[in-house]
Amino acid sequence: MKTFLILGAGTGGTMVANRMASRLDPQEWRIVIVDKNETHYYQPGFLFIPFGVYRPADVVKPTRRLLPRSVEVVFADIELIEPENNKVSLSNGKSINYDYLIMATGCDIYPEETPGLSDNWHKNIFDFYTIEGATKLHEFFETWQGGRMVLNVAEMPIKCPVAPLEFMFLADWYFTRRGIRNKVELAYATPLPGAFTKPTCSIMLAGVLKRKNITIIPEFNLMEVDNDKQVIRSYDDMEVPYDVLVSIPLNKGAEMIKRSGMGDSLNFIPANKHTLQADQYPNVFIIGDAGNLPASKAGSVAHFMLDILEANLLSHMKGQEMHAQFDGHANCFVETGFDKAVLIDFNYDVEPLPGMFPIPGIGPFTLLGESRINHLGKLGFKWIYWNMLLKGIEIPTVHSHMTMAGKKPIPQVMGVESLFTMKE
Amino acid sequence: MTHPLLANLKLNEEGFMTDKSQWTKEIAVEIAKQEGIEALTEAHWKIIDFCRKTGEPTGKAPTLRTITDGSGVSTKELFTLFPKGPAKKVAKISGLGKPEGCV
Repeated sequence: MKTFLILGAGTGGTMVANRMASRLDPQEWRIVIVDKNETHYYQPGFLFIPFGVYRPADVVKPTRRLLPRSVEVVFADIELIEPENNKVSLSNGKSINYDYLIMATGCDIYPEETPGLSDNWHKNIFDFYTIEGATKLHEFFETWQGGRMVLNVAEMPIKCPVAPLEFMFLADWYFTRRGIRNKVELAYATPLPGAFTKPTCSIMLAGVLKRKNITIIPEFNLMEVDNDKQVIRSYDDMEVPYDVLVSIPLNKGAEMIKRSGMGDSLNFIPANKHTLQADQYPNVFIIGDAGNLPASKAGSVAHFMLDILEANLLSHMKGQEMHAQFDGHANCFVETGFDKAVLIDFNYDVEPLPGMFPIPGIGPFTLLGESRINHLGKLGFKWIYWNMLLKGIEIPTVHSHMTMAGKKPIPQVMGVESLFTMKE
Repeated sequence: MTHPLLANLKLNEEGFMTDKSQWTKEIAVEIAKQEGIEALTEAHWKIIDFCRKTGEPTGKAPTLRTITDGSGVSTKELFTLFPKGPAKKVAKISGLGKPEGCV
């Protein structure tokens, strides 16, 4: 009996377990998945909790129920991986020997890495990348009478690079609805040169920020939080004052990856960006945000990796060459508030372009433009997540590889800005 | 005015060199000037050399963390030497591509 071991039962790990359970011969393979957490979180839902759109109960399900019966589930912390011995040691004293290892351990926030950031944690400094942070922030917002709210991204890369923008758009909507928008100042300090990582999309989103009266402070590289002065300070001594600071702290992979000597300086596992195989270990593969791939660290990316991973694993198990190539495909609904959203679709080489998705010319979703249907798509995605995505079921008309069909190349002659002279 | 040394450089739309073989120390000095760094000191060269060494085998520019972890220079110092985005600036001056951390 051979062992197919998955570490992490989040979005990526759960999908792999479900898909491989129907592909691997149960007479030949045992599938084991390890996670410390008995609860599975719908992480894209965290964004909505501070604004009361979702309650914590809306984003959780028991981990076990999302996995096939045939899969062995172990709830324990991972102490150490010994890739040269194909062995994983767990906190319960047991160890597992594997033939194949899937790293789906994701990444997490580390506020303690920035001086001063964790001092007033969940008092006047909050995160929304954990369920605790999002819930605490909701409690704070409910009674807040206004002031200056600063959102800061400490360092790239982060899980879901559009979430900070969505957070600001929703904040604008939430405080408007509460009738105190005129008492709330919104500022977004980011290490990026603009609103987003890709140029055209960045210009488009900068336009939305401006329209909503949200200040952007680009190229802000956080050095420390000065709790006495209530400012965040950058490495080049720029100071940004706040009354409440919403932080996206440094994102890193799991500490045990460092202990096991498998990661880079941020504990991300170096892996081939096309085959998803770990650079150092031929029987180790990555899915989702555990790897060092230059793609968005978002669930949609993990989903698009799944087909590629499956194909390459099956080839590798047969001793064949791996032909499937991941293209860095990401597809994200960007909530812009007031029941509208923007949809972006891109990969390693092609930045988000305007057009219609998934059916060229018809949509129903508008790429790189705001619409109500996009917002419904964003909300509907929760159902798709629980019922299709985690189960590894293909979503009709949405393919693993990005397609140019339905997309309009940016006309080189006119300025990109002219595309977004907004049709309100 | 573009310096004559920079006139024939192959660059991508973001100003990163696309043909590594074109790089020389003299070109680095001129790119640095364009990036607002008037003179490259020994401290600058220590980092440029480190980045070229790390970037050589893969052609990939090191991220900010790789530079601070590997060269022993503190992040604060790095920002003093190469203000604003140090990783991007060093990559440009060293003739490497855009650091892949900026996704």
